[in-house]
Amino acid sequence: MPEFTPPQVQLAGVAPEITLLVSALILLIVDTLIGERPNRWFLPVMATAGLVLAGAFAASTWGDNELQLSGAIALDGFASFVKISLAVFGLLTVWVGRDYLVRDALEDSEFYALVLLAVAGMMLMAAAADLIIMFLALETFSIALYVLVAFKSGSLTSQESAMKYFLLGAFSSAFFLLGIALTYGAVGSTALYGGRDPVSEPGIASFLSTSPTANTGLLVLATGFLIIGLGFKIAAVPFHAWTPDAYQGAPSPITGFMAAGTKFAAFAAILRLFDATLFSLRAEWRPLVIAIAVATMIIGSVLAVVQDDIKRLLAYSSIAHAGFILTAVIAANDRGVSGALFYLATYGLAVLGAFAVVSVVSGQDEARVRLAGYKGLFFDHPALAVALTLFLLSLAGVPVTAGFFGKLVVFGAAVQASYSWVVAIGVITSAIAAFFYLKIMVRMYLEESEGESSPLPIGRLAAGVIAITAVATIGFGVVPGPLLRAAEDATMFFQPAPETGQAPLGG
Amino acid sequence: MTEVAPGYYLALAGLMFSIGVIGALVRRNAIVIFMFIELMLNAVNLMFVTFSRIRGSVDGQILVFFVLVVAAAEAVVGLAIILVIVRRRSSANVDDVSLLRW
Repeated sequence: MPEFTPPQVQLAGVAPEITLLVSALILLIVDTLIGERPNRWFLPVMATAGLVLAGAFAASTWGDNELQLSGAIALDGFASFVKISLAVFGLLTVWVGRDYLVRDALEDSEFYALVLLAVAGMMLMAAAADLIIMFLALETFSIALYVLVAFKSGSLTSQESAMKYFLLGAFSSAFFLLGIALTYGAVGSTALYGGRDPVSEPGIASFLSTSPTANTGLLVLATGFLIIGLGFKIAAVPFHAWTPDAYQGAPSPITGFMAAGTKFAAFAAILRLFDATLFSLRAEWRPLVIAIAVATMIIGSVLAVVQDDIKRLLAYSSIAHAGFILTAVIAANDRGVSGALFYLATYGLAVLGAFAVVSVVSGQDEARVRLAGYKGLFFDHPALAVALTLFLLSLAGVPVTAGFFGKLVVFGAAVQASYSWVVAIGVITSAIAAFFYLKIMVRMYLEESEGESSPLPIGRLAAGVIAITAVATIGFGVVPGPLLRAAEDATMFFQPAPETGQAPLGG
Repeated sequence: MTEVAPGYYLALAGLMFSIGVIGALVRRNAIVIFMFIELMLNAVNLMFVTFSRIRGSVDGQILVFFVLVVAAAEAVVGLAIILVIVRRRSSANVDDVSLLRW
């Protein structure tokens, strides 16, 4: 009988997630106790408090670099950076969501609780140092999002898109799980890092570093299935089929949250998995990821051109962006990782802002989502039009917006790793993408609005979110330094102690 | 007692997973698709147990419990979503779901 050693319980690594979990439960209980009220202002306030506290916990561990909970949770700058960004995304979603729910008479405590749970799952995804924790995190935020997509209870479109999202999501997690099972078969553990002694404390990194001659065939096969599973979540081609439908059917604030948060969480897992843990297998996974990235950039950009619904257009744009960020994964160097973090943070802010505008403009029951509905927006609502223009320019990567520096660092990293031809495709598809962003702008500024302009009620919270994201998009475009440096500080993945040899990152 | 070699279990798990994939892609009824996805998850469970046996460690068997819990949670939410649609449309056929297309 092996001797039983009780695991060390340190909760600092999962403090943000626990905070969110507890706030979600308290929120549900309080709402039940207080009962029906015309104005339940305390729900968004409690959600805000939970998210701020979670973000503060994540910020308080900045600079730590250790494994906790028997090596299942990584407490490092990378996780902190992602968690703080996700807390901000969650806050913006809650605020836009509040105005949206009140307008459409959908407000329920479940909305806030589910957003908090989804953020908790996404945060855990960034901190997971064990594949099974990664799987649990992935399912936690996915299941919360399935319900949130179906949240417009009167709308069949919302429910249909939730069903598609659910079926394809469950299908993809089965592949991810198969990858985990094969990894377990190859390594004998699902831990990403493992301990010093690869026999008693096996892990993927220690397996790869201590036995270079080991038979990695099974692990390579597993890697393929892990790419499929995560590819669904980042909406990479050919696993993107759910994206336009889910984005169109979901309530607009949730669409923005999915674009910003899901992508960030799944990319965090990809970066940790491929650019750190499986770094030495890069010769095997790179061709596959390159093929996916190129297909994603091209198909996302080209299909976006023919859309006439703004939510579907932004869905295809988010697919294209997944391709751009994948070029940083291919680069697999420090610059790529920090570039991807910077890109994801600024993209998230711009896309949340864009969907906040969409959520306001679409009006009651989202009746106005066609591109034709944006004709003459500048003359009726100049502030909304200017803000949307700013977000679209950032998504297109025009200088003086944050999106420009995102593309610059990400493509620069790929050039540094001598994948210039992938970057060339990225630049060409960015140009195609600029075309359909321009299409919206032409509608807003140069065309007459159809029919008489109806007044748009703009809630104070939604207006605040649009203002914050607009200022951030310009701010990080003019002064990208602080955020870029923070992203560079965050690129230290948890590394095994120096004496066991190689650093996970080769750069 | 002759013991079945673990390789056969892996082959069976692979076969089950493939049937699940093909079924999920070919069938058109949402509930049947979901059943095939469950088959895929259970194929992975069998794989976990087999690898656990080959390696002589119990880790793989513990992982099965995680998968079971997640599958149950997923079923609750998924079936609820499908049920809402069936109530309104009296059909669970994914081809009837046609408000959305690219």
